[in-house]
Parts: sequence; C-alpha cells; structure tokens
Amino acid sequence: MSHSPTTGGLRVERSTPFIQLQDAGRYGVRHLGVTQSGALDWISMYWANWLLGNALGAAVLEITLGNLNLICEQDACLALTGADLGASLDGQPLAPWRSFNVRQGQQLKFAQPRHGARAYLAAPGGFNAPSVLGSCASIAREELGGLQGNGKPLAAGERLTWTGTGLHQRVMDERLIPVFTPSPRLQLVMGAQIGDFSGQSLFDVFNDAWKIDSRSDRMGMRLLGPKLHCRRSSMVSEGIPLGAVQVPPDGQPIVLLNDRQTIGGYPRLGALTPQAVARLAQCLPGEELRLVPVQQESAQDAHRRLLDQWRHG
Amino acid sequence: MTARAPVPQLEVAGIDSLILRLFDRIEESNMPWMLAASQRLRSSFGDALIDLVPSYTTLLLHYDLERITALGARQLIAAAFADLQPATTAGGRCHNLPTWYDRSVGPELPLLAQRSGLSEAEVIRRHSSHEYQVFALGFAPGFAFMGLVEEALATPRLSTPRKRIAPGSVGIAERQTAVYPVVSPGGWNLLGRSPAKLFDRNIDGYSLLQPGDRVRFEPIDRAEFIRLGGDDSPLEMTQ
Repeated sequence: MSHSPTTGGLRVERSTPFIQLQDAGRYGVRHLGVTQSGALDWISMYWANWLLGNALGAAVLEITLGNLNLICEQDACLALTGADLGASLDGQPLAPWRSFNVRQGQQLKFAQPRHGARAYLAAPGGFNAPSVLGSCASIAREELGGLQGNGKPLAAGERLTWTGTGLHQRVMDERLIPVFTPSPRLQLVMGAQIGDFSGQSLFDVFNDAWKIDSRSDRMGMRLLGPKLHCRRSSMVSEGIPLGAVQVPPDGQPIVLLNDRQTIGGYPRLGALTPQAVARLAQCLPGEELRLVPVQQESAQDAHRRLLDQWRHG
Repeated sequence: MTARAPVPQLEVAGIDSLILRLFDRIEESNMPWMLAASQRLRSSFGDALIDLVPSYTTLLLHYDLERITALGARQLIAAAFADLQPATTAGGRCHNLPTWYDRSVGPELPLLAQRSGLSEAEVIRRHSSHEYQVFALGFAPGFAFMGLVEEALATPRLSTPRKRIAPGSVGIAERQTAVYPVVSPGGWNLLGRSPAKLFDRNIDGYSLLQPGDRVRFEPIDRAEFIRLGGDDSPLEMTQ
C-alpha cells in the first residue's frame, strides 16, 4: 500500500537507482551495524534547505548524474544546488544555487553532468517521507529509508510531496557559492595508523595526484595512483569514521563514504574532513585530486567556521 | 577474566572521532570491560555523543564537535575509565537460533566436513553444540560476529565472495560464525539457514542479537524451518 497522495507535488516520470531521498543521515544506531547514510555533498544539501528557510538537514532529493524527469502537479517554490546537471524547466535552463518557482504542469528535467556529479533539490519544509530509525535517508542495501521506508530509490510513478509553504526564501551571497575547481586539494586528518605506512608511501600520498576509479559509489570511492605499502595488511576489525581512507593489500586507497560498512579491518591513513568528503562527492570517475595532511584540532576549528556561515542570515 | 581495568590507547580516527584501543587480542574476557566502558562513555558524553561503535578490541567514539572540543573529549574519556568495573555478563541474553542445516542452503557443508575430517552430521553436531558469544555487530544491520568456533571447523572465507546471499544464511569464517540478516554479498562458508528475524525496526533495540549475548544454534528440519516462516528460496538470489 502506498501512502503518497494522488495529486499535488512532483510526479516522477523517469528516474534511476542513483536518485534518492537523503537527509543529514542516521545517527545513534551504528553500533547495531546500521550505516550513516545521508547526503554525500552535505554542504550543497545545507544550502538547498537554507534557500527555502528549512532545517538544514531536511529531506532533499540527491540527484546523481541526472536522467530525471519530474512533472510539477502544483505551483510551488523549490531550490536547487550542487552540480550543474543541465537542469531545465519546460526547456528553459535552470541555474543551481537559487530558489525558483514552478507552475502546475511544468516539466523539471535533469540531463547529464556538465559540472560536478550530484545536484540537490529541496522543497518547502523538506520532502515528506517516513522517519526510519530517526532518518529518511535511503539505503537500498539495508532496506531503510526513502519514500516507502524500505530503502528503494526513487521510481517512475512515485510522487514527492511536502508540507511547508515556501514563504521564507533566501538568496545566497554569490561569494559563498562553492566552486568545484578541477584537481581539488582534499584535507585528510592524519590517523594513528599512518605511522604503519612506509616513508615512500607517505611521500607519495601527499605529493602525487590521485585519479578517481570507476568502481566508486556511495559506499566508497577508489583512488588510483602509486601503490602504497603498509607494514600491516589487515587488523582486527574496528569502527570506521566518515571519510576514512583505507588501504587494502592492492595498495590503492578507498575513501569510505556515507553508506560505508560500520566496521572494517584494513589499515587507514586517516579520514577526509567533512568538507573534503562533500567536495569529493562532486568528482566524477577519471577526475584527479590531491590529498593534503591536516591535524585534527586545526581541522575542527576550520569546520566550526564553515558551519558558522549558515548561522547568520 | 582480565583482572585489571584496561587503559585505553586513544588514536585519532577522523575530525570528530577517536579509536579507543582497549585490548590487543580477541578474547571472550574482553566483553565485560567493553560493555562497562560503553555504558560509562554513553552517560558521560550524553548528547555530545553521536555514535559509539564497539568492535572486538576497540570502541570508535564519534562526538559532536559543535558541543565539545578535542581536549574536552579526551577529558570525558579519562573520567569514564576512572574506577571502571567489569559489567556482569549475566546481563547478556541467551538465544536459541533454530537452524536448518542442509546442503541445499548450506553448500559448504561438504567442504567443512572434508577440511575437518569429520562427517557432515558431526560438523552440524559440533557447530550446534557450542554456546557462542556475540563480539560485535557490523557489516549489515543486525549482523552479529560470534565466536569462537572450535578450531576443527575454522575455515577461511571463500576466495570469491557470493554476490547475493539469502537472508538467514548461517556461515563460518575462520573461528567466527554469523547469520546474514538481509540479502547481501558475502564470502562466509554456508552450512544452513535460520528463520529467525535478526533485524526488525519493530522490536526493542532493533537487533535481536547484542554484544555480550550468548547464542546456540538448534538443528531443525525443513518442515520446521518452513513452519517457523523460513524462506527456502535458492541460495544465490538473482533479484
């Protein structure tokens, strides 16, 4: 039985498994083996919600790589941030990083990535979805979250609805719009096990360019580059934080993202900062990046300053 | 049981998380200390705790950096470990997991028999006559790593993991045993299937098995498996 209403909202005409409802993620249940989930580029999600005056972690649509057609079945104000996926409203180009009005009957389409990988669409008050273990974030593997609560991605024929009014629209200061410059430098908080890697490997990690492998998804992104050597090949499994950079025996690092397994046994260099994870989420396979070491405390100070930008205005 | 309280080694894991290393090796005697430390940390951090993920020898502590500093977190951890007493394992629950041991749902039964030099019936008898301890949850919601499987049955993971394993599948990897709660890929050696529901958002605590619990596998036949609501669909599900 479907709980979605039969009129109003956005009707899904075409979608893919990479288009899912997400929010700030699922917390307080990782000790049960339940993954964190949530929007990969949380910064873009925050802005999408901020533009409509929503709670920053309200449910949004994470649109990875495009190929989405929506029919507007009511007049509304929506917001779009993140990647440029060639979005259009009745054929007219739609620029991200702003709120926009739609009229009943209009078609909202997302084509292919032109800049970045993931766009975020927000609606007044957040999209309606059941809260499952405290979140509506979709995770198909765990059968949790999403429109029906069972983790399924968005499907044709479904309807996205919301309950807010959209009377609190905001405009972004252009200087605050994230720029997805090529070859980004991603900060990595150095972890305790970094000392188990060879001196040459530590030099290579921070001095070579890394290329994103096509074997990448919301669980993790594989990086291709010089082979890294660690004294330990595996360890007793332990909890994995967001952005952890683990190195399996093939010497090629994997950055573990929101849908990662909760525990694992490969040695780690450390973990990307949340800001670096958000930036990585906008990279496509084949793109290059660099890793920059940072200490935990200075990374914390920078992160608190980053969060301040949503507190004013 | 380890007589003295462990002194955790604190290791930076990420911007807002620390690994607390309590032990070097997997031992059943770690559990009372792990449980006691988890309880203390949860109460001392309160709302500043985002997640606490126990594993065999470590705790991953993820705190809210908008509420406390890195230094504050270390002070709370030190306080939580002061005068720590081991939890009484009497608190852990005991479970009987009915299990249909059969080649059709446990294709590694012949392999386990061959490696151990035992008959398949003896492999089943030995797997089901031991009481296992839940060491940790992970891999998937409600997936409990249990041990220790007796040395004779210890078998390494399959070199090529299966892509989709039916829920309820019971497997062995090295000296651990587990039940797959949901359809997932996996490389454990399968010897049967249980109709037990391991993860259910409608039950208290969501996960049937919790760290510190004790578990026995109880052999049942196919008819009983079906009667208990077991799903005998093929081993490797296609969709």
